[in-house]
Amino acid sequence: MLRTIGRRVATAIPSLIGVIIVTFLLTRVLPGDTASFFAGPAATPQAIAEVRKQLGLDRSLPEQFASYVVNLAKGDLGNSLTTGRPVVTEIAARLPASAELTLLGLLLSLIIAVPLGIVAAVRQGSWIDHTCRIVATAGVSLPVFFTGLIFVYVFYFLLGWSPAPLGRLDVFNSPPPTYTGFYLIDALIVRDFETFRAALSQIALPTITLAVFSLAPIARITRASMLAILAAEFIRTARASGLKSSTIIMTYAFRNAMLPVITTLGMVFSFLLGANVLVEKVFAWPGIGSYAVEALIASDFAPVQGFVLTMAILYVLINLCIDLLYSAIDPRVKVEG
Amino acid sequence: MTILSEAPAETKRPAASGLMAMVRHTQYVLAENPVTAGSFALFIAFLIAAILGPSIVPYDPLASDTAAALQSPSAHHWFGTDQLGRDIFSRVIVATRLDMTIAIASVVLVFLLGGFAGIAAGFYGGWTDRIVGRISDTIMAFPLFVLAMGIVAALGNTVTNIIVATAIINFPLYARLARSEANIRREAGFVHAARLSGNSDPRILMCFILPNIMPLMMVQISLTMGYAILNAAGLSFIGLGVRPPTPEWGIMVAEGAAFIVSGEWWIAFFPGVALMLAVFCFNLLGDGLRDIVDPQRRT
Amino acid sequence: MTVSSATAPAILDVRDLTIEFATRRGTVRAIEHVDISLAKGETLGIVGESGSGKSVTSYAVMRILDRAGRIAEGSIMYSGVDVVAASEDELRDLRGREMAMIFQNPRAALNPIRQVGRQIEDVLLEHVQTTRGEAKQKAIEALQQVRIARPEERYHAYPFELSGGMCQRIVIALALACRPQLLIADEPTTGLDVTTQKAVMDLVVELTRERAMSTILITHDLGLAATYCDRIVVMEKGKVVETALSKDIFSNPGHPYTRKLMRATPRPGAGLRDLLPLEAATAPLPAPAPSTGEVLLRVEGLVKEYPRQDTSGLFSKFFGKQQEPQAPFRAVDNIGFEVRRGETVGLVGESGCGKSTTSMMVMRLLDPTSGRITFAGEDISAVPARNFATNPMRRRIQMVFQDPTESLNPRFTAARAIADPILRGKSMSRDALRARCEELAGLVGLPLEFLDRLPHQLSGGQKARVGIARALALSPDLVILDEPTAALDVSVQAVVLNLLQDLKIRLGMSYLFVSHDLHVVRLLCDRVIVMRAGKIVEAGTAEQVLEAPTAEYTRQLIEAIPHPPV
Repeated sequence: MLRTIGRRVATAIPSLIGVIIVTFLLTRVLPGDTASFFAGPAATPQAIAEVRKQLGLDRSLPEQFASYVVNLAKGDLGNSLTTGRPVVTEIAARLPASAELTLLGLLLSLIIAVPLGIVAAVRQGSWIDHTCRIVATAGVSLPVFFTGLIFVYVFYFLLGWSPAPLGRLDVFNSPPPTYTGFYLIDALIVRDFETFRAALSQIALPTITLAVFSLAPIARITRASMLAILAAEFIRTARASGLKSSTIIMTYAFRNAMLPVITTLGMVFSFLLGANVLVEKVFAWPGIGSYAVEALIASDFAPVQGFVLTMAILYVLINLCIDLLYSAIDPRVKVEG
Repeated sequence: MTILSEAPAETKRPAASGLMAMVRHTQYVLAENPVTAGSFALFIAFLIAAILGPSIVPYDPLASDTAAALQSPSAHHWFGTDQLGRDIFSRVIVATRLDMTIAIASVVLVFLLGGFAGIAAGFYGGWTDRIVGRISDTIMAFPLFVLAMGIVAALGNTVTNIIVATAIINFPLYARLARSEANIRREAGFVHAARLSGNSDPRILMCFILPNIMPLMMVQISLTMGYAILNAAGLSFIGLGVRPPTPEWGIMVAEGAAFIVSGEWWIAFFPGVALMLAVFCFNLLGDGLRDIVDPQRRT
Repeated sequence: MTVSSATAPAILDVRDLTIEFATRRGTVRAIEHVDISLAKGETLGIVGESGSGKSVTSYAVMRILDRAGRIAEGSIMYSGVDVVAASEDELRDLRGREMAMIFQNPRAALNPIRQVGRQIEDVLLEHVQTTRGEAKQKAIEALQQVRIARPEERYHAYPFELSGGMCQRIVIALALACRPQLLIADEPTTGLDVTTQKAVMDLVVELTRERAMSTILITHDLGLAATYCDRIVVMEKGKVVETALSKDIFSNPGHPYTRKLMRATPRPGAGLRDLLPLEAATAPLPAPAPSTGEVLLRVEGLVKEYPRQDTSGLFSKFFGKQQEPQAPFRAVDNIGFEVRRGETVGLVGESGCGKSTTSMMVMRLLDPTSGRITFAGEDISAVPARNFATNPMRRRIQMVFQDPTESLNPRFTAARAIADPILRGKSMSRDALRARCEELAGLVGLPLEFLDRLPHQLSGGQKARVGIARALALSPDLVILDEPTAALDVSVQAVVLNLLQDLKIRLGMSYLFVSHDLHVVRLLCDRVIVMRAGKIVEAGTAEQVLEAPTAEYTRQLIEAIPHPPV
């Protein structure tokens, strides 16, 4: 088992190297003079030269890459132009907000989509099946920022059920003490149910928006792989040996059908992390996505690059976890190299 | 030698040319599946709006009229007006061309790049395969929308760069599909037979493998069109690519977002619906195409 | 031995059974008014070609038809239980405990991600044959009973770790675990090698006889059925056309279809023409042109090596201890043979013996690791496979492929497929090309109206003819036949084999015939080469090798072919 894990971890290394090279290249292909870009529009020639030296842009590309990697290893992603603070500090401070939202959204959509897909496949042609198909096609067609705005209009403006879409907590509540950085969990730890409810009502709409978005691919793949497995020959064997349909569906079909679903989770995460940026903008969520968007508008590039790199590294790690989960379920991957 | 004929049970359907059979099958599928037929009609409508848009709209999409700002939908302004008094209906229709251009251009680009790279990788294997695979893997190592953000931010905030970024993030999808399909067929009996007939490798690639992969690629094109539109609109929603006052669905939704909380829903709503319909249309069309091309893969 | 359903009480009685399938084009009747009865302890064979409804019948008995299928009429009685009317709960008690089933393609019949022992336990626990504590012991016993060595270890194996024959034993263990009274075997040995087939069939017969079980064997192979069954039901297009005792069926077939099927089955003592229906007024085989003895193809010291799959990952490469580099796998291990002009040489062996790799190298689609292939005096192995397409020798060596469907480009019409080799060679006018296609179609007996059809509009036999016509288009000297009839029904196989033989004599070609089927090889070949694990174990004239084999392995192979009571 340790060997398997080690092997999987090793396969993530090339991806990580690729990610670092690409982000490095992205910082160097800025059109025009990178230094004047970084120095900002009002900079004097001396300031630009200063920035150039500071960024090491006067050195050769391999040298620049080396210092880039060294800085990266030291956790130095540069400073934000607008706030003047290190990008790493800001991203670290804002990451829990994004993570809480993304994970809750994924959890919600898994809870709904997987059973929906299974029932749709088992009762093929029933109304649940048709619902599943409609959800699957409609879900992928909805622009996530548009769904979010509709929710805000309906639940905040028309019905008044939801608080104003302005961040993680309204002004009357103060954030709970930080343990995990997730407000919901931290509030529960200190048994501050008032704050918990406030945080929950703030996070509900963005979570549902994300869930609606990621529901579709998960429900679709669950249904499809469940259908394929139910038609497989070993299911026929199980039926011919008189196994209960609950045993057949759960022990035989479900575990096999989960394999493609787990593989798809990688893709779903890719979508989710992207959608997260848009949802954060709609709900003024103080995560790393809205941080990057603000920086983009201000032409402040260090935070954008830091953001892209952070997201990519996170995504590589997520894929690694998915791989490990997969090999825990499927015995066949252990023998392959 | 005719004595060696088999039982009459062996004869099957009457002869029909391939094209006619395809047309008939398409008609059959469209008649069977009104959803596909409907999405096809919607597609035609979008095409007309894209081509004729600017010449058929009632108002100049850029003309502001502060006296008529923030009007709700009425007989004069079907979709209402925005904060500068511009007619939203006209802006939504005119925006079709730009959104479609971005989507089509990026899909054509990625089809050419990814499709051919993938086919070559699957057919030749070896180094070609390793290089194409490595490029795909590196792109896939990023959350795709985030990568697109990074690319546009680095290359510069233009429509062309939106197209390039959208093409790049779709590259792995095309390359992998083309690779696996070409790879399956590389060892197919009919490809071996083609070699025995004296066909060279490039000829086999173009005349035997490509035509057999095309239908699947067409399905892929239709499905990624929707994704390309969503992606481009998402980028302009966060302020990348298209700049105001150019009418574009994503940026119009972004402009309307500020007014949602005060109840002026129509500014964001109509461009959002147009966006949704366009994506929906391409997704349904893709599903329908898949039914026509490959009935086994229905989901 | 019980021989007739009339003398013993029937354990299974199927009356007037009709099954319909709902398809996009309306309901289709898969079987119509089928009557089958099975006595206790009897072994019944249901024989038919593809589409005859033999499998559907057996699925109906177990009530495991898929969603689209429905029993429209008739009754199925199993020991007094009305199977058609039974509830799902009652059926669950019947399945596995009273009647069980084994399937074609055993690896797919097992759950790929569950240990095989656990799968047997599931069945035992379901039918309350054991408690949780004892389940493992019982499962291991079940494995022991199907003669699996080291059952305690195999208990933990996953299906992908086991061979096809081993998987079929597991499926049998699963089926027999709860000691059912009826076993239905649906093509249990199709796709297995002939020696494995014999081992599996012998095991089934031994176990069912030991337990006085009734068995239904469903197969397309009349010879196999006649060898192992007491009685045979012949089905054609959803109907039972004949029921007879096995010992009578070859000597006295009643129905014309049975007669045709029986005749088409290759068997000892039957020549090529004997396979064709009596009604076809067939010309006798033309006398073969005397072989000139000139060597057309010579293969010397041929070797093909593949690097072994590297099992150590990146991680162990960096951090693990240095491993010995493994010796490459030798798919073909230093073989040599000759094919003379006008001769047919058979290359025989079980799957994985290297016969297909050899044919691919001779075909120059694959480069050998070492060795020489001389064709008509020229060393063709000197030209790399990737450049051979344009070599003038290309046209002189052609091939007929195993799967007629897969070997035709789905987007080419029959005429375009046949014309393809000609188009690559020289330019020709449209009319001349069409005339040549029609000539070739006539040669292989493909009616001209089929020339403009696409492959999916042709039957298996017609596709095989298109493949043969394409191979003949360039008038080759040597044609490699790679299991040309393996994907065809037996009656079509009979026709195609005769066609191939006639063509060879008429056009003066030589054949290298690659096959796993010794009966078929005997019909067509002058000389036979037997391969095993990349090596030639025996070579000689067909008569010599098949009648008086010297190698132990050849004897095993011949021994393993079903010997129906003729």
